[in-house]
Amino acid sequence: MSLRSPLGQAKGLGSAKEGLHHWWAQRVTAVALIPLTIWFAFKVAVLSMSDYKTVLECIGSPWSAALIVSLIVAAFYHAALGMQVIYEDYIGGKAVRIAAIMGTNLLLFLLAAASIIAVVRIAVGG
Amino acid sequence: MAEFTLPKNSVVQQGKTYPAPAGATNIQVVEIYRWDPDSGENPRVDTYNLDLDTCGPMVLDAIIKIKDEIDSTLTFRRSCREGICGSCSMNINGKNTLACTKDISDIDGPIKIYPLPHMPVVKDIVPDLTHFYAQYASIKPWIQSTTPPPPDKERLQSKEDRAQLDGLYECILCACCSTSCPSYWWNGDRYLGPAILLQAYRWLADSRDENAGERLDELEDPFKLYRCHTIMNCTETCPKGLNPAKAIAEIKKLLVERKIA
Repeated sequence: MSLRSPLGQAKGLGSAKEGLHHWWAQRVTAVALIPLTIWFAFKVAVLSMSDYKTVLECIGSPWSAALIVSLIVAAFYHAALGMQVIYEDYIGGKAVRIAAIMGTNLLLFLLAAASIIAVVRIAVGG
Repeated sequence: MAEFTLPKNSVVQQGKTYPAPAGATNIQVVEIYRWDPDSGENPRVDTYNLDLDTCGPMVLDAIIKIKDEIDSTLTFRRSCREGICGSCSMNINGKNTLACTKDISDIDGPIKIYPLPHMPVVKDIVPDLTHFYAQYASIKPWIQSTTPPPPDKERLQSKEDRAQLDGLYECILCACCSTSCPSYWWNGDRYLGPAILLQAYRWLADSRDENAGERLDELEDPFKLYRCHTIMNCTETCPKGLNPAKAIAEIKKLLVERKIA
């Protein structure tokens, strides 16, 4: 029970004065993912018929490695942005929402880091 | 957490049935959501059998006929009966619209009438729109300008500038769009919703207003603005044929223009 006025409740704590960056980054990564995903799918289809050594050489070539790392960054960043939107939509409890966003970001960052390290290792022959 | 099921005391039960008058041949079944906060009972759906030969053509005519002739306890809002006041907005056969501009002949089978979705109910089909109106007030829906108006005439607008308001000024704040929006259902406490954002854009688009920057500052917020995911229920349901989703997209475009473009 609160006697705060309806206008006071509607205004709440005011505007966060951000949100554009998140929205814009989600669209930019989405657009970037279109050619990157098509290229990657094509590459996987071709390499599926190759032997292990050829696959390693292809992934390790400078342009392929750069494109795969770009795909990884764009995909995991896009996933993190998208999951945050879903949590904000559907989780009302602030503590649970923040925990879900932070946990997901951490997990996606770890997965992205592991994926990039794998590509770099192949690329530099580690 | 978003709620997908009704709490026990909100489960809608079967209500009373009112038979058609003797000798009626053109019968229309009308099912209406009823809830009285003073009774302590669950909401129910009452069924009315109307004689269409003695009823006006619109759904609002049917509701008024029920109140006048069958059940005076039925509570609803109405005023202008011509789609300009926005009072009689309600959910008719699954779609939010104005009862006064909804033709009975457009509906097959029973007419099913519920209050606007996901709003607190005051009684029967009257929703509590206090927060909706407060959100409207929060966007300062009036001209804000530092330049004083000319002493001898009104603030002028070119025809082209005035045309920018077409599709925006017609909004009657009936709340059909906002209450059809899932984002407004889940986060209506903070998300402004399509109606208020269309109104916010109406003032951004007004050539006489000088506070676009401050208005955009106030709107740029993950919850106030960016809960819109272009679901388009708003545009689909608007009884005035407006496009709130496009107005929201225009606000997002202005924010991009200000910072990136």
